[in-house]
Amino acid sequence: MYRYIIRRLLLLIPVMLGVSFIVFSIMFFTPGDPAKIMLGERAPEAEVAALRTQMGLDDPFLVQFFNFVRNAVQGDFGRSLLTRRPVAEELFSRFPATIQLAATAVFIAVAIGIPVGIISAIRQYSFFDGAAMTLALVGVSMPNFWQGLMMILLFSVYLGWLPSSGIGTFWHLLMPAITLGTSSAALITRMTRSSMLEVIRQDYIRTARAKGLDERVVINRHALKNALIPVITVIGLQFGALLGGAVLTETVFAWPGVGRLMVDAIRQKDFPMVQAGVLLLAVAFSVVNLVVDILYAYIDPRIKAQYK
Amino acid sequence: MDKDKEKDQQPPHPEAGYSIGGASEQAGVTNGIQAKAPKQRGQWAEVWHRLKKNRMAMFGLTVIVIIILTAIFADVAAPYSYRTQNLRRIAESPSRDHWLGTDELGRDIFSRIIYGTRISLQVGFVAVSISVIAGGFLGAVSGYYGGKLDNIIMRLMDVLLAIPAILLAIAIVSAFGGGLVNVMIAVGISSIPIYARIVKASVISIKEQEFIEAARAVGAKDFRIIFKHVLPNAMAPIIVQGTIGVAIAILSAAGLSFIGLGIQPPTPEWGAMLSGGRMFIRTAPHIATFPGIAIMITIFALNLLGDGLRDALDPRLKQ
Repeated sequence: MYRYIIRRLLLLIPVMLGVSFIVFSIMFFTPGDPAKIMLGERAPEAEVAALRTQMGLDDPFLVQFFNFVRNAVQGDFGRSLLTRRPVAEELFSRFPATIQLAATAVFIAVAIGIPVGIISAIRQYSFFDGAAMTLALVGVSMPNFWQGLMMILLFSVYLGWLPSSGIGTFWHLLMPAITLGTSSAALITRMTRSSMLEVIRQDYIRTARAKGLDERVVINRHALKNALIPVITVIGLQFGALLGGAVLTETVFAWPGVGRLMVDAIRQKDFPMVQAGVLLLAVAFSVVNLVVDILYAYIDPRIKAQYK
Repeated sequence: MDKDKEKDQQPPHPEAGYSIGGASEQAGVTNGIQAKAPKQRGQWAEVWHRLKKNRMAMFGLTVIVIIILTAIFADVAAPYSYRTQNLRRIAESPSRDHWLGTDELGRDIFSRIIYGTRISLQVGFVAVSISVIAGGFLGAVSGYYGGKLDNIIMRLMDVLLAIPAILLAIAIVSAFGGGLVNVMIAVGISSIPIYARIVKASVISIKEQEFIEAARAVGAKDFRIIFKHVLPNAMAPIIVQGTIGVAIAILSAAGLSFIGLGIQPPTPEWGAMLSGGRMFIRTAPHIATFPGIAIMITIFALNLLGDGLRDALDPRLKQ
């Protein structure tokens, strides 16, 4: 098992190198001269040229990429072209807000998705099931930025219950987290239901029932444990997707996280910020997936056995 | 949800999901299932027959057909032009003249939503075509040849998968600029890995079958085997993912436009319309509300159809 974890961790290195390469190339070919952005449009040509040389912007592509990686490994992602502060510092100061938002969203999604999915499966084709599945489909069909606006309209503008933007209290967190978590809640509901339906039809469940076990025991002890295994994968994938989805949600609610920082950075062509931001989110995404895979192996002895 | 599903428990072709299309004869010979089928229908007719019984899927299909017709006949259906501004009548609530009101520049929202179907459908279908063609090709090559090539392609896909799709699309659009074509390409590229993985998985399961061996034995070239025999039999999961993919692409494009990086005004793209209305959410909420509803209806219909297709194409998955 440990060997498996270590191997997976080592595999992250080439993936992150690849991500860096892609992001670096995209930014390299983006029109706009970083030196000019730093000094402003009206800076004298000679000054811009001097800064270009100083920043190594005249070096060949591969040299620049190599320097970027060498510095990045040491934790230096360069400085923001606009604020001149180290990029890593700015990103890490914003990262907790994004994690808080994404984690709350996942929590909401799981707290709704799993129970509703289980009830839907147990009462397949009931009114509850029909309503839950229709709602789940609506949930995946709503653009989350639009849902956010509609919630602001209802809860902030009309009812005046919740603040429409900012961060600080639980009430500030509620709307963005619900907005971000809705589609995940819907997906987890659907996944739990179909996984549960599959498990309920297995022979060992029939055996458990035939033994005369209470239906609650059958569901809780026998069915649930196995049905939730694939659901965990979905939860992990969702957590990653939410890190990306946060870009839009944070914009709607003026949530001071990495997502909004990135959108602003892209608009202002703050290249080092964009590079490091994408890399940070990619690392977070990969680490979450790794944790999920490891959890998976712990829960399912059949998988664990493969890695012994 | 729909009781018809129960009646359809015993489909005549348990293998139909993986033997649709060109190579149906070979598949039939391989597993001998065609001989047992109670009713003789073509593979696609069989899928259509199952899909027809699914009321929700047919509802979704109907809505999509209506949206496609709206896009085609937008010039006739829209009461106003999508770009004529009337600065004397800005941000008006819905009225008899303007069914869904006017936007911040006095343009008719109903007309803009109608013209917007063209943009969203184009983005959806073109972006998915890009990801299906590129992803399908990479997945097929990877699955068919295996070995080093497979390793290289799949590691590349891992890298792309490690970047959240919307973020990748944002980065690409920021480099090459917004606009319809770039948005389609950006959204298309960001989903390539999904299709590559799906196609690879099906190709691996198909390439070991006897009809592929037979094709090889009669001297067919690899290229011909992949395109004539393997891929047609790998269509089922691609179609299902593709349908849902169109929905995801429309959502991503709308998201890009919403943050101002996607399709630029005055093009009536739903996400861009929503973005324009965002500033007026307190005073004229209808501007942001209606384009969002248009997106939701489209995505909802595509998802219904996607679910229905999954059940119809692979009856074994059905409960």
